[in-house]
Amino acid sequence: MPILQPLGNLTLRFLEIVGRLSIFAGTAISHCFRPPFYPKLILKQMIEVGYYSLPVVGLTAIFTGMVLALQSYTGFARFSAESAIPNVVIVSITRELGPVLAGLMVAGRVGAAMAAEIGTMRVTEQIDALYTLATNPFKYLIAPRVIAGVLTLPLLVLVADTIGVFGGYLVSVHKLGFNPATYIKNTIDFMENLDVISGLVKAAAFGFIITLMGCYHGFHSRGGAQGVGAATTNAVVSASILILTFNYIITELFFSI
Amino acid sequence: MSNKTDIPGKDIRIKIRGLTKAFGPKVILNNLDLDVYAGESLVVIGGSGTGKSVLLKCILGLLRPDAGTVEINGQNIVGLNSDDMEKVRRKFGMLFQYAALFDSLTILDNVAFGLIQAHGVPKKEAHRIALEKLSAVGLGERFAAKFPAELSSGMKKRVGLARAIATTPETLFFDEPTTGLDPVMGDVIDQLIVKSVKELGATGLTITHDMDSAKRISDRIAMLYDGKITWVGPTDELEKTDNPYVHQFINGLLDGPIKVSLAHND
Repeated sequence: MPILQPLGNLTLRFLEIVGRLSIFAGTAISHCFRPPFYPKLILKQMIEVGYYSLPVVGLTAIFTGMVLALQSYTGFARFSAESAIPNVVIVSITRELGPVLAGLMVAGRVGAAMAAEIGTMRVTEQIDALYTLATNPFKYLIAPRVIAGVLTLPLLVLVADTIGVFGGYLVSVHKLGFNPATYIKNTIDFMENLDVISGLVKAAAFGFIITLMGCYHGFHSRGGAQGVGAATTNAVVSASILILTFNYIITELFFSI
Repeated sequence: MSNKTDIPGKDIRIKIRGLTKAFGPKVILNNLDLDVYAGESLVVIGGSGTGKSVLLKCILGLLRPDAGTVEINGQNIVGLNSDDMEKVRRKFGMLFQYAALFDSLTILDNVAFGLIQAHGVPKKEAHRIALEKLSAVGLGERFAAKFPAELSSGMKKRVGLARAIATTPETLFFDEPTTGLDPVMGDVIDQLIVKSVKELGATGLTITHDMDSAKRISDRIAMLYDGKITWVGPTDELEKTDNPYVHQFINGLLDGPIKVSLAHND
């Protein structure tokens, strides 16, 4: 059948990519636990991933919290359930919106930058130079970025959660007329440890996905400036899709707890 | 291959046998044999796209050949794991075509990189050695704090050479060392290569298509064509050989056994 051949080719190509990515991920993870370690490089990447992402993640979080409070009010007012707004804000932000939106913003900022940097190193033979200087690029380039991503994203999400909840508080108290003390009490009373923990687990997974995709696409970029551009785009797109996919998978796992 | 490959009484530093490498249906290296003797400077010449860089990458372990062996000091490096390959590479120095300096590091850190990362030399001592090597290639202390983007192509090549010799390697590799340089700077780089190889007592393997450069830096020359070494011999015999491939290549002739396609359909 003429239709089967392209379908078969597509399947083989897909399996090849999955295989290559799995080997890359396995090698990267193994080098995260094998010496030599580069604490200075890890710290530098943590600052790059975390500190420099704070403005964009903070702005995203505060406006999301504000919009969430307003939209919740619109809906809940229809059946006189406005008092549930603090509960909805805290659950939505900590479990879902904080990690997902922070992950997507960091994927756009950091994933793209990593792919561009490593891609440029690849096409200008700097990665080959690392090999000839008896330095494994997985140890020197990839592992510090992956470690930094896994450690920093949860911290960033904690900050995003706090700012997002504060955004909901601002709108609820100053626009919708909530009592500040009651709003804070409701928020704290309703929040459970699992809400925050599930968000932090998601954040660590997203940190791994973002840095892995940035490094993978950069490491395999070919063909000069065009190749680096393609690597950057692919890193952001694939990281975003994987974040949304794994968001569901992790939610499903916590749903059954 | 010519019979002038054997040099009695000299140890073979790099021994290549039956090296084959293809990318898809395109065979780049086809059952290639080559010996590089300890202490000599061998230059591999050949046209663009003949597989010179692929040969170099196979020797450096950056590409895995489809068949054949590459022995460095008697040890076959094909199939070595990354840790063992790192040990082999500690005895290598490499100057890349466009220097391949690390953009994010200063010139001093670039030169000291191999000493610190691969040889465990303390940073202070590595920087002292790096300054010595920079001085040896004609770059003073004032360049140490600069970044690669602030240097000209010739200066980058000199920094690349300083980085290659910093670890006192047994074997030095040069990938098109004069590409992109004006003739005067090309001559300067060639002289530095000859001086470095001699002073270190190292073995030099260069790939280039610049014949002037090849003659200046080589003890022997090998010609790569169609995936094989078609001629190898002492530099002073290059002009005298009746090998038609060498004759056509070094004289830049269109007519001859080397097929030159002028069509743009590939």
